Amino acid sequence: MIEVKNLHKYFGELEVLKGIDAHIGKGDCVCVIGPSGGGKSTFLRCINLLEMPTKGDIWIEGVSAMHNLKNLDQLRQKVGMVFQQFNLFPHMTVKENITLAPVKLKKMTKAEATDRAMELLGRVGLAEKAEEYPNRLSGGQKQRVAIARALAMDPDVLLFDEPTSALDPEMVGEVLEVMKSLALNNATMVVVTHEMGFAREVGNRIFFMDGGVISEEGTPDDIFNHPQNARTKEFLSKVL
Amino acid sequence: MDALWRSFENLAASFGDTVYLALVKDDAYQYLWRGLGNSLKLTLLAAVIGVILGLLLAIAKLQDVDNLTGNRFLVGLRRLLAGFANGYISVVRGTPAVVQLLVLYFIIYSQILKNIPGFDKIPDLVIAGIAFGINSGAYVAEIIRAGIMAVDRGQTEAGRSLGLSAGSTMLFIVIPQAVKNVLPALGNEFIVLLKETSVAGYIGIADLTKGAQTIGSTIYNFTVPLLCAAYVYFLMTTVLSSGIGVLERRLHKSD
Repeated sequence: MIEVKNLHKYFGELEVLKGIDAHIGKGDCVCVIGPSGGGKSTFLRCINLLEMPTKGDIWIEGVSAMHNLKNLDQLRQKVGMVFQQFNLFPHMTVKENITLAPVKLKKMTKAEATDRAMELLGRVGLAEKAEEYPNRLSGGQKQRVAIARALAMDPDVLLFDEPTSALDPEMVGEVLEVMKSLALNNATMVVVTHEMGFAREVGNRIFFMDGGVISEEGTPDDIFNHPQNARTKEFLSKVL
Repeated sequence: MDALWRSFENLAASFGDTVYLALVKDDAYQYLWRGLGNSLKLTLLAAVIGVILGLLLAIAKLQDVDNLTGNRFLVGLRRLLAGFANGYISVVRGTPAVVQLLVLYFIIYSQILKNIPGFDKIPDLVIAGIAFGINSGAYVAEIIRAGIMAVDRGQTEAGRSLGLSAGSTMLFIVIPQAVKNVLPALGNEFIVLLKETSVAGYIGIADLTKGAQTIGSTIYNFTVPLLCAAYVYFLMTTVLSSGIGVLERRLHKSD
């Protein structure tokens, strides 16, 4: 589904990603954990090319992104993204937030998109908020709308960039609950997170990133119960 | 002291007569009325040109970002656009509007364009509107650029991550929010523009100010016509700013 090959990313002189190879298969829920500054978010943002890789390539459904930069917009339609800061469009209602892309990109008619939006809002438990503006919603509600918005494009994979880090603690649960239900429905997901409980319970694969590389990878059981790498052990001893 | 008082008395006594001469006799008020019409037409034309030009210039200026990558030709083109916009804005903001009006009318129009068939019958009002529009565009560009830059980067990222093109993201996501940011400054610019059209008389356009001057030189008294013109300008700018206020409140319904 997604192949990451020898991915390098520099910000000026700073090498943030130092050669990442990864394979993300259909139905995988990959949780990316690790210390701040380890390159987790940059790795995620490179997958849909919000950050342009300096070297290496990303293959999405057998298509090389770096060789198809002209068709980047089509590629991105297959890769949904949920941001730490939600990034809902404040000048549109919740419903309009969700229908904008499918309608403008001619994936659906306005009526179809509205039906789909209502169905998705139902799934994230916010059907009654369809006509509200985002600023009237709580952080948890905003993030659930953001998930619905990403789902509206029927992406092949969903990227989550620390989706609960900007939330008040009591709202973390409702967002994780929605993400969990997606994972149980076999959605392909890559989740950068500090929620170790979620990673352990919902993830089927864990990437431990540190210093710009994936320094350890394995099942939740491998990583959380039998970590091999010294850095992984040290990190987990601090956060668990 | 007495002399001063007497001159006040004379002024008061003659005031009624002056008002009559300045506004009523021979329908003199028509100079102000038609002048107002021309001033408003000029402002409207200049505002439309200014906003369109300003938007284009703002977008051009925003092309010069730090990490331009990709096609070398496109990168060059974007840098060129940004450079042009920068130059335009510097020149227009660095020279007086009156001088720009005179240059456009007496040099570019009268000496060059007028000799080209098809261009020889452009009304003076349109030339002046273009001149003020060119001027206003530079200010509007900076206002809009600031408004666009004030929109959070995450908004663009969210749009692009959904697969929307850079253009669509700009059009449907960034610009609507930028409009809200810039409305107060833009309203201010329109007020400035309306007042700035008062120099249109330099190229013989019978605007509100010119109308007042015409009446003044007919009756040998400028007090009443000029004060009337000033009052009308004030009225117009007041209407304009309250209109902008209404619009602002409506756009803020999503807050």
